[in-house]
Amino acid sequence: MTDKTKITLTVNGTGHAIDVAPRKTLADALREDCGLTGTHLGCEHGVCGACTITVDGAPVRSCLMFAVQAEGADIRTVEGLANGPDLSPLQQFFIEEHALQCGFCTPGFLMLIDGTLKQSPDITDDELTEILSSNLCRCTGYRNIIRAARRALDHARTTTEPAA
Amino acid sequence: MRPFDFVRPTSVDEALAAWEDGAAWLGGGTNLVDLMKTGAVAPTRLIDLSRLPGMRGIEVLADGSTRIGALVGNSELANDPDFAGNFPMVAEAILSGASGQIRNAATVAGNVMQHPREAWFHGPASDPLAGDTGKLAVLGTDGAPAAVNPSDFCVPLVALGAVVEIVGPDGTRDIPVADLHRMPTADDPRHTTLTPGELILALRLPPEAAGFAAHSRYLKVRDRTSFAFALTSAAACMRIEDGKIAEARLTLGAVAPRPWRVAEAEDLLKGQTPGPEVFATAAELALDGARAVGGNDWKIDLARRTALRALDMAAAGTPAEMPALPASVFGTQRKEPAHA
Ligand SMILES: Cc1cc2nc3c(=O)[nH]c(=O)nc-3n(C[C@H](O)[C@H](O)[C@H](O)COP(=O)(O)OP(=O)(O)OC[C@H]3O[C@@H](n4cnc5c(N)ncnc54)[C@H](O)[C@@H]3O)c2cc1C
Ligand code: FES
Ligand code: FES
Repeated sequence: MTDKTKITLTVNGTGHAIDVAPRKTLADALREDCGLTGTHLGCEHGVCGACTITVDGAPVRSCLMFAVQAEGADIRTVEGLANGPDLSPLQQFFIEEHALQCGFCTPGFLMLIDGTLKQSPDITDDELTEILSSNLCRCTGYRNIIRAARRALDHARTTTEPAA
Repeated sequence: MRPFDFVRPTSVDEALAAWEDGAAWLGGGTNLVDLMKTGAVAPTRLIDLSRLPGMRGIEVLADGSTRIGALVGNSELANDPDFAGNFPMVAEAILSGASGQIRNAATVAGNVMQHPREAWFHGPASDPLAGDTGKLAVLGTDGAPAAVNPSDFCVPLVALGAVVEIVGPDGTRDIPVADLHRMPTADDPRHTTLTPGELILALRLPPEAAGFAAHSRYLKVRDRTSFAFALTSAAACMRIEDGKIAEARLTLGAVAPRPWRVAEAEDLLKGQTPGPEVFATAAELALDGARAVGGNDWKIDLARRTALRALDMAAAGTPAEMPALPASVFGTQRKEPAHA
């Protein structure tokens, strides 16, 4: 029963055929088997949000999910945001608004906001604050992250160019 | 984490046949994966329910009851406009629990079956009095130290008389959500009344449950106004006819090993004019018999005040829009406060 199983994870549109034990979390599989270390792990218990990615468009905690559960799903990680050297508007707003310092929480926030942009770009400031309260940042004090997120939401509403 | 084998049945019959001693059903995994990491549970086989057909619908049945498939997502249910319109306090309760990412992955069956949080911190054999006793139950344990049921969702479900549809090796049965949770004992560590191997197929709200939609609130009090488990909570709803309460429902959360519905308080409210005195008496009755365990006296007083305020908010009417910080003491939009 310790046997590994062969699965294919579709991450940022690319298939990764990997061999994993069922007990391997999606976060670990992304980092160790797919070589995508942009997804960070903080608490590993669903509390800090550092591991946030999107699965079929919805932000989820990749530390609270086994890799085998994500088979067949459209998985998006922070590596998929930029287009080659061109950062996504959201990433650019993070830089302009000083929304990161050490950067540990950043991939989780980016994916949380990216998922939110696509699911509900019309949310109010209060709703945005409530959504962002799920992720922890020890450096920035959150205000700059909220500002960058707000700009990205406004940008997504006012432009036809893909927001992220 | 202990190794286990992983199976992914594509029919309910296959799922039931896959059950063995030591197995566990896997919904979204947001509770189970966590418990497996800490070693609080160590299933030898996980049966992934995600590919079971026909368990993702929210439908109104011919008799007027609303049936929610076991695999419906917590986010999906709370954001369904018809559902939230008919059962606003259920949506409010779901949205006040966990975080968006967890609600996106969590299923409704997994939510009602979620384990008490003490196991999360201390493992199954831990001494409940060694942890944070403020979180322990004050009702329904005969004074024994016990964890509370942590689910927000279950509190309004119990208030509205919801039932759980279950299938097992011996066929199907329905049980009220009110009878689903129990206090684990040394002889029987189960925190629910399901027999191992039984599977939840759906939750059902009875036809009359939508009758409370105009006056229906879930109030959750917590250490901070977002992303924290309840210290106390209350689901309160009523039908008001000609200025009088035709029928009221009151259920407290985070005070007992199960949601704590208080029939005596509901009976007392019937026929009364909504107002602070009668709500205070009902809230007092709701905490009848409460006992502090390990210094959590504050919880009794807080629960009483939570019940009072929830009744007051329900009487004022369901807000047109869900507050962005659901049921937070800062974010609630009360219409006409009945008292200061
Ligand atoms: C950081 C954090 C904060 C949280 N805060 C809150 C909060 O404030 N309020 C709140 O209410 N909840 C909170 N939760 C708990 C959350 O609501 C649950 O984790 C979630 O609802 C469980 O759903 P799931 O589908 O992921 O369940 P799983 O983890 O898949 O399963 C949970 C349990 O249910 C059993 N199960 C699953 N499906 C079935 C079925 N069909 N039939 C029978 N048994 C089944 C499983 O075997 C397991 O024992 C929090 C969780 C985390 C990690
Ligand atoms: S690492 Fe997943 S939430 Fe903290
Ligand atoms: S930038 Fe350091 S934790 Fe957020």
